[in-house]
Amino acid sequence: MELLSPVPPGWGYTLLVGLLHSLEIAIGATCLGLLIGVAGAFGKLYGGPVTRDLLAVYTTVVRAVPELVLILLLYYAGTDLINQVLAAMGYSRVDISGLAAGIFVLGFVQGAYSTEVIRGAILAIPQGQIEAARAYGMPPGLMLRRITLPAMLPFAIPGLANLWLIATKDTALLAVVGFFELTLATRQAAGVTKAYLIFYLAAGVLYLAVTLFSNLIIGRVEAWSRRGMPSVKEAR
Amino acid sequence: MSAEASAINMAVRASIWLKPHRIVLILIALALVLCAAFFMRWDWLPQYWEMGLMGIWRALWILAVTCALGFALAVPLGLAQAGGPIWFSAPAKVFCTVIRGTPLLLQLWLLYYGLGSIFPQYPWIRESWLWPYLRQAWPYAVVALTFSFAGYEGEVMRGAFAGVPRGQLEAARAFGMSRWKIFRRIWLPQAFYRALPTLTGETVLQLKSTPLVATISVIDIFAVSSKVRQDTYLTYEPLLLLALIYMTITGILVFVFSRIEARIPVKIG
Repeated sequence: MELLSPVPPGWGYTLLVGLLHSLEIAIGATCLGLLIGVAGAFGKLYGGPVTRDLLAVYTTVVRAVPELVLILLLYYAGTDLINQVLAAMGYSRVDISGLAAGIFVLGFVQGAYSTEVIRGAILAIPQGQIEAARAYGMPPGLMLRRITLPAMLPFAIPGLANLWLIATKDTALLAVVGFFELTLATRQAAGVTKAYLIFYLAAGVLYLAVTLFSNLIIGRVEAWSRRGMPSVKEAR
Repeated sequence: MSAEASAINMAVRASIWLKPHRIVLILIALALVLCAAFFMRWDWLPQYWEMGLMGIWRALWILAVTCALGFALAVPLGLAQAGGPIWFSAPAKVFCTVIRGTPLLLQLWLLYYGLGSIFPQYPWIRESWLWPYLRQAWPYAVVALTFSFAGYEGEVMRGAFAGVPRGQLEAARAFGMSRWKIFRRIWLPQAFYRALPTLTGETVLQLKSTPLVATISVIDIFAVSSKVRQDTYLTYEPLLLLALIYMTITGILVFVFSRIEARIPVKIG
């Protein structure tokens, strides 16, 4: 048990740093994914034919290829591309930080899923609300901010909550490309001390704690976003 | 459907693809593929394609076995949560929560490195008939993926079992069916029909989890592509081909499942 203590002979501090990195990536990736998702959903619903087809290709391809393969592809391709662009513009090569690359890669993957979630949620808004907003002469930006986003929220939150939970677990995949997050920290600690079972169980408990805590928050947020609407149980 | 109607159907389907902007997009995509074929290096293919086929076969085999075993495990898990007494439903719920709350990669490494390092310490395990299997990597991969599938699908089956209308089960009981017969003839088939649409998604998710087994030294198609990358120092070509292979398998899976789904009665309940 002293292996898990947070002071140096124990590895607890390393694990907690890894957990912090995992959470940073998950939060960043979810935010980026949400931005891509909102833009993608509007493109799919209101965009021109070319935009729609390109977005369909994006969501289909990203959802059909394993995350691990996408992470490897985007990790190498993304850093390579940025360096080539920088070289072409006459700057020297830079080392892309693992954090930024991880957020970009997972955000790109999350974007495809949240596009579909948000598109479905916007379609679930009663059509009359959007027509009423148009009839009031709202410009599209104001309509997005005042009507579409708040009205779609109760429909989108269950799907988006699932995506957040998937994001926290997908950060573990970044261990394969060598980013220092909870799973890689666990592997290093276990490899040095040879106490494999203890460390993997401890990391599992940490991930589980994040999930359970998130579920608690999500329940509150969902109740808040559905305020004024009939509860799910009554509607049945 | 008459021949004329099917011809009209074909024409409609073709006209969906032959809009002007789509033709341009398809031509651009073809140009990209041709560029990739001509300007990238593919000379390693003859040397590795046999290994690649083995890898694809192994990935599909793991997918089929873990989905079948996982579903077999998901039925009792769902049943226990939907209608079981507390001492069945509570452990089933804990199992599903733990599996769904931790990353699969961690579960895999916990089994392989964690349990794998514990087992050799006990002489009676090393002398048992299981030892030749426990020394290899694939049993751990199969167990981890099976548990993962069972955890996610168990939750789906819970909803499916709970969604079967009470009246159906009461009618079966009124006919004097035994509990096992009710389960076999009424409850399980209707729950299965309800769960079938999600089964497609779960199977595709499971396919996308299989490359993780490469991290514990099972040689699937992902591991083959990593080997090609190490041997030839190529970054993109093996990964792009790998992505294409997975997309093809996903497409085939979705097509097969849509065929199965089309065969079941639409109206249930």
